Amino acid sequence: MSDYNFAYLDEQTKRMIRRAILKALAIPGYQVPFASREMPMPYGWGTGGVQLTAACLTPDDCLKVIDQGADDTTNAVSIRKFFQRTAGVAVTQATREATLIQTRHRIPETPLTEDQVLVYQVPIPEPLRFLEPRETETRKMHELEEYGLMHVKLYEDIARHGQIATSYAYPVKVEGRYVMDPSPIPKFDNPKLSDCPAIQLFGAGREQRIYALPPYTQVVSLDFDDYPFEASKPDHDCDLCGASDSYLDEVITDDRGGRMFVCSDTDFCAGRVRAGHAGRLAGRNKGAAA
Amino acid sequence: MIPGLADPPIQSSRGFRVLMQAMARPGTIQRLNLTQPPALGPAAGSVLLLLADPTTPLHLAGDLPGLAPWLQFHAGSPLTGPEGASIAVGRWPDLPLDLLPVGLPDYPDRSAMVIVELDRLDAEGPRLTGPGIRGHASLSLPAIAPFRANRALFPMGLDFVFTCGDRLACLPRSTRVEAA
Ligand SMILES: [Zn+2]
Repeated sequence: MSDYNFAYLDEQTKRMIRRAILKALAIPGYQVPFASREMPMPYGWGTGGVQLTAACLTPDDCLKVIDQGADDTTNAVSIRKFFQRTAGVAVTQATREATLIQTRHRIPETPLTEDQVLVYQVPIPEPLRFLEPRETETRKMHELEEYGLMHVKLYEDIARHGQIATSYAYPVKVEGRYVMDPSPIPKFDNPKLSDCPAIQLFGAGREQRIYALPPYTQVVSLDFDDYPFEASKPDHDCDLCGASDSYLDEVITDDRGGRMFVCSDTDFCAGRVRAGHAGRLAGRNKGAAA
Repeated sequence: MIPGLADPPIQSSRGFRVLMQAMARPGTIQRLNLTQPPALGPAAGSVLLLLADPTTPLHLAGDLPGLAPWLQFHAGSPLTGPEGASIAVGRWPDLPLDLLPVGLPDYPDRSAMVIVELDRLDAEGPRLTGPGIRGHASLSLPAIAPFRANRALFPMGLDFVFTCGDRLACLPRSTRVEAA
């Protein structure tokens, strides 16, 4: 640990990020610019989330890192090891034990508590970017609450597909003010953003933005009276643990078109299996099946 | 010179988590005692050491004997008039709220944080609602009207940290304030 400052970043950088976090909490859903630092990992690996985690971690934390719901991907393992090495923190795969969770593209199934902080890795923080490439223009649109184009885009989805086809990074409105990109979580997770007891922080490294949802903030997925938002998921139960209310990944099991549906949240699924719940293909495991 | 932080990385990490919880949950009273500055209580001094550095112009309002050299030594922040402040600190009657920056319509984050040292800080009095608050909270604010006017500027506005001895509570611009 002697080669690094605690949690890698120097104190002045952490102070700058911490000031941005406080602003972000004071203006829920607004993207606060910050001077992103080089981290010893590529941008696609969640350097925005890593910098938030580094600025928030204390030696007393128990850290969980998930990538699409799983604790054991290369990305999750390498971030977890990075903070074990640079901050000496305890780590866990159990959502319930974690005090700080860094996530890529999922919200855990186990409800979060007031004692937890959830840090999201964000690739593209600007929800209006695909409608308007110019930063000066999107900033103006947020200032004037000009969100009509976003509704037009969702409505075009309905015209073309008979429903809103956006299934990830589904835009939300925060406390009736800012439209926000919740990061590429499945829209199934959107309802968990709202009224959440935990602090939620979002970090985009390449785009140099931090935004936040304080606890118990009201977050509404954009929709229409005649096409209300639906937090959909595959219409199956988990084949391993039998859960009917968790988000599922589809896994191809053989070359004859065999497939199974399993919880994307591996800690949630394993916990249910340990508690004696069983799905259609109980006893097989996701890794071996794939 | 009165010391700053004994072990800056570790103390500041724990201190920031306390401050972050306070800002995320307006009206909750937290304890923060990392340092004892001149002229103010430990919580105010701790917040200053957590956030101030050479990039944050400071406005010191009113008579705060010994504070300027202490901050110069430990934070190195330039001192400024209220208009240029990114952090302002002082006692309630001394703070020139109308002169502090509230941010811009397209950059509401370019605003000041105001550290207000009070003689009392209790979970009673005016009623607070908004993001971070489940139901409502109560806090012994020194006034009501200035905070209602501040909320009306949202998303621009000032963010307040009230301190009293080693205790603190926050009132970000997003919080709605009503008489109890
Ligand atoms: Zn399962």
